[in-house]
Amino acid sequence: MNLEKVIFGFFIILAMTLNFGFVIGEIDNPAHHNITELFAVIVVNLIATVLKFGERTQIGAIHLATSLVAVLQLIAAASVWAYAVHMSADGLTPNAMASIVSLSAGALVANVLSVIMLIIETVLFHR
Amino acid sequence: MNSLLSVILRRLKLVEAEEETEKPKREAMHGRHAPPPAAPNSVVFIMLRRMRAPLLVLILSYAIAVLGMTLMPGVDAEGRPTPGMSIFHAFYFISYTATTIGFGELPHAFSDAQRAWATVSIYLTVIAWVYGIGNILTLVQDPDMRREIRAGRFRRQVGRLRQPFYLICGCGETGSLLLRALDARNQQAVVMDIDTARINALELGQYHIDTPALVADARRPESLIDAGLFSPYCTAVIALTNDDQANLAVAMTVKLLRPRLPVLCRADTLEVAANMASFGSNQIINPFEVFGEHLAMALNSPGQYLLYEWLTGVPGTPLIQPLKAPAGKWLVCGYGRFGKAVVRNLQWEGLKLTIVEAEPEKTGCPNCIRGSGTEADTLLAAGITEATGIVCGTDHDINNLSIAMTARQLNPGLFIVVRQNRDSNLSLFQHFDAHITMQPSRIIAQEFFSLLTTPLHSRFLSLARNQGDAWAYELISRIIGLVSDTVPEIWDLRLSRRQIGIWQLLHEGWQINLGELLREPPDRETRLPCVPLLLSREKEEWLLPDDATILQPGDRILFCARPGTRSRLIKVLRDRNLLTYVLTGLDVPGGTVWRWLHKRQRQAAAMAPKIEQAP
Repeated sequence: MNLEKVIFGFFIILAMTLNFGFVIGEIDNPAHHNITELFAVIVVNLIATVLKFGERTQIGAIHLATSLVAVLQLIAAASVWAYAVHMSADGLTPNAMASIVSLSAGALVANVLSVIMLIIETVLFHR
Repeated sequence: MNSLLSVILRRLKLVEAEEETEKPKREAMHGRHAPPPAAPNSVVFIMLRRMRAPLLVLILSYAIAVLGMTLMPGVDAEGRPTPGMSIFHAFYFISYTATTIGFGELPHAFSDAQRAWATVSIYLTVIAWVYGIGNILTLVQDPDMRREIRAGRFRRQVGRLRQPFYLICGCGETGSLLLRALDARNQQAVVMDIDTARINALELGQYHIDTPALVADARRPESLIDAGLFSPYCTAVIALTNDDQANLAVAMTVKLLRPRLPVLCRADTLEVAANMASFGSNQIINPFEVFGEHLAMALNSPGQYLLYEWLTGVPGTPLIQPLKAPAGKWLVCGYGRFGKAVVRNLQWEGLKLTIVEAEPEKTGCPNCIRGSGTEADTLLAAGITEATGIVCGTDHDINNLSIAMTARQLNPGLFIVVRQNRDSNLSLFQHFDAHITMQPSRIIAQEFFSLLTTPLHSRFLSLARNQGDAWAYELISRIIGLVSDTVPEIWDLRLSRRQIGIWQLLHEGWQINLGELLREPPDRETRLPCVPLLLSREKEEWLLPDDATILQPGDRILFCARPGTRSRLIKVLRDRNLLTYVLTGLDVPGGTVWRWLHKRQRQAAAMAPKIEQAP
């Protein structure tokens, strides 16, 4: 067992599960989506991204790319949230909530891809 | 993730890279010598890898600080307790606190719980930042990292080259002389040396062309590959290091990885030269042997020697005067690599020699006078008074000069040959003014330069060596007629598609001989001031081709000419109208309409007398 692999897999899978937890629920209902969970998703995704730095292989590069996509989407979602709650006059409308959740749903797809790649890599790994 | 898959992927990448870059040189490499995959930009990878830990620390400390801040209960303006900050406010607060900007307690005054957490956050995040910045600074100053940055820049520079270049390994005295000569002719080069000081000196030097240079060990194949060994623009590899083994390694690497690429090597010992020749190095130059041959030539056939010196000198400089090295008894001081080569060549010429050597056991000297030669006793014992010439050939410049000065005092009429090892001692040697001063680095640079730029030149010189002295004197008198007192310019010319005028005429079946071509464009009666030295056509060669030689497309001709003649001849060869004028003396109209009118006129003129004769 390789500790590096365990940590790596842990963060990638945690990123996906947390992301899923935030996305699930009615898309425009603020009560179904906890903002602290979004914060956790962003932190875990950032950590996963940094862990993927410096890989010289082709699959490592794709890994990094998916993570960057996820982080980008999540930061966009967080910005929409910050705007809706603190800057806009209307507050957190169902409209704003829908776009926050749909942005993080996009990040979820990237995170799922990341996990699929992790599985492929593990399956192909015979040593 | 260094799994089998990544190995497979690396292999796949290798195949891709092969297909990408192989095309232009597949033929040249037999199709089976694949270049390795392009080296990834390792600087970025090293950076990313080393920055992992600091970035993780930073992210975690921010996450803890922000999360904690949202959990701490706050107070509003009237002192009533409120729930904690929102994540947005907490992130805002931590951002300006962590970067030590510190705006104060925003958006409301803090509760004590928030203040307590803010204290924790300050230490947590500031330490994380200090750790991260410290890491970046260490990384930037890391010598490995710096070397990697330089190597990366070098690889990019080489990769961007889009013109033929020479790869020079070793940039000592010889290397920089050769580089300067190539630079003067606008030839691109790529340089590698193991010594940082030499590469730095190169960057400070005055060159027209930007030469990519790298501190690297030429013995490692990777260094050669980085320097563009697999580039389709690499035209030759030149191994000039002062280490014979390194030159050997370079020659071997090139012959294995790109067998068709010419490799030119310097070899200081005969064994290494033979070793290099055994696997097909294209040109091996042993400076000591070359000089030994020259000295023997100077003694035995002064005409040949003079011709050689004239044809290899720097164009425009004064011609050296003929000198007659006397036969008789000669002294050779120093029996190292140089002394051995001189002795071998002079004995071959049948001269009587006495060798003076400080350490006869070490150099394997058969029967010689022991001593360094710098003191009068040794020279007298060796018979300096009845000698006619002396060769001061130790590997120490000051000793050589000392021997030469002592010898001149003891026997003023002596013919003196000195070996100069270091370029920096040039002024001393110029002042002493020996009959012949031999400088290995100059000899090699000169030979390589002529091999690279005018391949026919060295071929001519080796053919000329087989001709007699009388032949040489005749050619010398012809050259004097051209240039009177400066070194002529030597260049070769190929009747290729680039010389479009003559190319077209030759393909239209014109019979053009050499004599007709070599005329001044404005005045057909004057001959261009040049002598064709050698004409090469596929496998055949003609030494000093005469005026009646019929030219064919693809011929290569070596000319010896007054400086400036080349551009005039090239102008004629490329301009069809000018060429027709030079060949026939007729001004031919250039445009299509004029040509058609001219043709009609000529036909009419040809018809006219016939009509008269008809009845």
